[in-house]
Amino acid sequence: MHDASGSAGFEIIRREDFSDVTYLLEIRHPLMARAAKPGQFVIVMSHAQGERIPLTIADFDRGRGSVTLVIQAVGKTTREMQQTCQVGTMLYALVGPMGVPSAIGQAKKVLCVGGGLGTAPIFPQARGFSENGAYVIGVLGFRSKDLIFWEDKFRGCCDELILCTDDGSAGVKGTIADGMKLAIERHRDIEEAVIIGPPVMMKAGAQVTRTAGIKTVVSLNPIMVDGTGMCGGCRVKIGDQVKFACVDGPDFDGHKVDFDDLTMRLKRYAEEEKTALARWSESCRLAQARGSG
Amino acid sequence: MAKKRTIRTIPQQRTPVREQDPRERVRNFAEVNCGYTRQEAATEAERCLFCPDPACVAGCPVNIDIPGFIREIGAQDFRAAYEVIGRANLLPAVCGRVCPQESQCEGVCVVGDTLEPVAIGRLERFVGDLAIKEGWASIPYIEPNGFKIGIVGSGPAGIACAADMAKAGCAVTVYEAFHQPGGVLRYGIPDFRLPNEVIDAEIENLRKLGVRFECNTLVGRLFTIEQMIDELGFDAVFIGTGAGYPSMLGIPGDCLNRVLSANELLTRCNLMRAKDFPDYDTPLPLGRRVAVIGAGNTAMDAMRVCLRLGAERVFCVYRRTKAEAPARAEEIHHAEEEGIEFHWLTAPVEILPDEKGGVGAMRCIRMELGAPDASGRARPVPVPGSEHELAVDQVVFAIGTNANPIIGQTSKLRLDRRGYIEADESMATSMAGVFAGGDIVTGAATVIEAMGAGRRAARSMKEYLGIRDDGTASLGEAERGGMLFGIDHRERNFARIRLA
Ligand SMILES: Cc1cc2nc3c(=O)[nH]c(=O)nc-3n(C[C@H](O)[C@H](O)[C@H](O)COP(=O)(O)OP(=O)(O)OC[C@H]3O[C@@H](n4cnc5c(N)ncnc54)[C@H](O)[C@@H]3O)c2cc1C
Ligand code: FES
Repeated sequence: MHDASGSAGFEIIRREDFSDVTYLLEIRHPLMARAAKPGQFVIVMSHAQGERIPLTIADFDRGRGSVTLVIQAVGKTTREMQQTCQVGTMLYALVGPMGVPSAIGQAKKVLCVGGGLGTAPIFPQARGFSENGAYVIGVLGFRSKDLIFWEDKFRGCCDELILCTDDGSAGVKGTIADGMKLAIERHRDIEEAVIIGPPVMMKAGAQVTRTAGIKTVVSLNPIMVDGTGMCGGCRVKIGDQVKFACVDGPDFDGHKVDFDDLTMRLKRYAEEEKTALARWSESCRLAQARGSG
Repeated sequence: MAKKRTIRTIPQQRTPVREQDPRERVRNFAEVNCGYTRQEAATEAERCLFCPDPACVAGCPVNIDIPGFIREIGAQDFRAAYEVIGRANLLPAVCGRVCPQESQCEGVCVVGDTLEPVAIGRLERFVGDLAIKEGWASIPYIEPNGFKIGIVGSGPAGIACAADMAKAGCAVTVYEAFHQPGGVLRYGIPDFRLPNEVIDAEIENLRKLGVRFECNTLVGRLFTIEQMIDELGFDAVFIGTGAGYPSMLGIPGDCLNRVLSANELLTRCNLMRAKDFPDYDTPLPLGRRVAVIGAGNTAMDAMRVCLRLGAERVFCVYRRTKAEAPARAEEIHHAEEEGIEFHWLTAPVEILPDEKGGVGAMRCIRMELGAPDASGRARPVPVPGSEHELAVDQVVFAIGTNANPIIGQTSKLRLDRRGYIEADESMATSMAGVFAGGDIVTGAATVIEAMGAGRRAARSMKEYLGIRDDGTASLGEAERGGMLFGIDHRERNFARIRLA
């Protein structure tokens, strides 16, 4: 027992590094593995002084009793976790699955689109649709060939997979929007699209499907604190309504989301984030200097 | 007692309590009210008239035997005082600090008709603090009865229900979504009003009673209420998940950066310790001129936190007057002392952006009180042509909460029109074996009411499970009187009812 939480933490049982910024953590949590459904997320605190950050569940394995998170090291917390989270270490807090699970309906042909942060989280959706018998077209965006991961996993549940790279080093040269256009040209009967990624990317993707008249679901990732509907920090504008992404979402109608508002709100703590990162980098540098000196 | 006390013979002045100087305290998070010393408590105890039919007991939502414990303080038997309180209230150190005494016990105190009422709250807190310091919490002998009870939410309602069920011999597990237990006591009410150590001590006492706390557990999503009964083997469940879900302002600009709910501000500051950023990772940048909308306890807490985090000016914007402000009198008083600027009879109309998506100013309108509305309170109506701008760069809203939707989304429990869980007087919900109480049933209320509901639910749970409660179950409602929520020491003697 460590403190008032009474919890000894949540064990990391596997780690994989996809690139120098993207890493995977598999965490033991049998109850959560049993409960998790596509589209849900968790909130993680890596240590007792840490912040609570939401991460979409990228995979869950009931047999192994584990959930998998794929994390991009972008800010202080995720970079620090990249250093400290090793197999056998514990996460201080892990709560979930949170959010309303995605409605994986009976659509016969679907587009599952993931890019950036959203590449891994689109996997459970693609698998879910595939299990429901849909024809699944995956569209994944990466900066370049060497950043591609989980290609096999996606091929396993997608009937077609379109890879897009910014530099053209693999698949289509261009963004996921280009990949989506390609898919839509080939298939006139796509009933639904699911897009997960950074707001700009979801916005671009939703624009493509709006033109094509395809129903579109996006998964939003605003800044969160509790994840239980108690603080309103995660509020998003959907049409003329304000919703709390953590309990009303995270999935929303991609054609109604105000992405500019989301982008703006994500920058709320940009200054502080910079301070924290700078301070942390400095402390790492000092530690390293001490270590080698 | 030698001579009978009368209103003329008792000390005429309320014993003052030492408080941190306002100029000093706005720069720290240490407690404002420093509490009575033994001597001060004994002096204040001399002001109680020991009315034969004490109004204060009836005015207390859990009917603490107030003259009874004050008598013990007078006799300097503080431990006995603690035991008297403990029969009705588990958390005296908490309630003495946060109850709205002026509208409960102290509001009906007979001394108050002529002089200032007896400082019941301060006395209660004194006893509670001393008990924590001296480690008095009595751990009774408990005979396990094999029943398994699940409690959802670790706020005052959940805690109260958990304690009673544990004392009755049940194996109790409390599930909490946050990483720390305590509910609003932990994440909402700031340290300068209720230090974390007090909550820790109370939680520790529960642990000693055998209550297990499972934090990081979002019930409804990790497992449902139905699964708790059907699969996890709980014989009964209590839901005390609180209100949550802050109401939005619904005016243009309410999603701007630099507009946040008091709940978010307080959670970041209290639970996540943003006040210690960057030693703690959670940030909470605030403007220099902050407008807080609302005048309840939450609003007062938010304003005073802003001051302590360095705001230069903090404005309270409330559409009614000070007389209607729902906050505890002491909090408004402290806020005034600390320099909060009150704009009564003022409502926000629009929040204007600055060039970076933050707040540039807030447009407000003057109000006047009109005819009473459905709630019986005078309805504020806008004064035409009174719109004006308030120069602020941060807006915090604390205008109430709606029902938290998670349990409703994930169970078949019947909800009321507004989405709160439906429960009858015995706190039973529409599902057999499932009870609910606190803010998730009533909407935002008070700590003591939530605790009262938790205890009422515990009593019903025991009845439902057939746990005999010798002290109370056989007595009529009237005879129970002040013991309504009291735990009788004989309780431990019930027979083992079910083989585990
Ligand atoms: C800032 C603030 C100041 C206040 N000041 C005062 C005061 O001075 N005096 C006073 O009497 N009252 C005050 N109140 C009101 C008082 O705190 C509440 O009425 C009281 O705490 C309600 O208790 P509760 O047990 O119903 O819920 P809460 O205290 O809200 O606790 C509910 C708990 O359940 C958890 N939870 C929610 N959903 C789930 C789930 N699905 N699974 C697991 N856990 C869950 C929450 O995380 C929370 O910890 C204040 C409230 C606030 C917000
Ligand atoms: S994260 Fe607090 S309400 Fe959604």
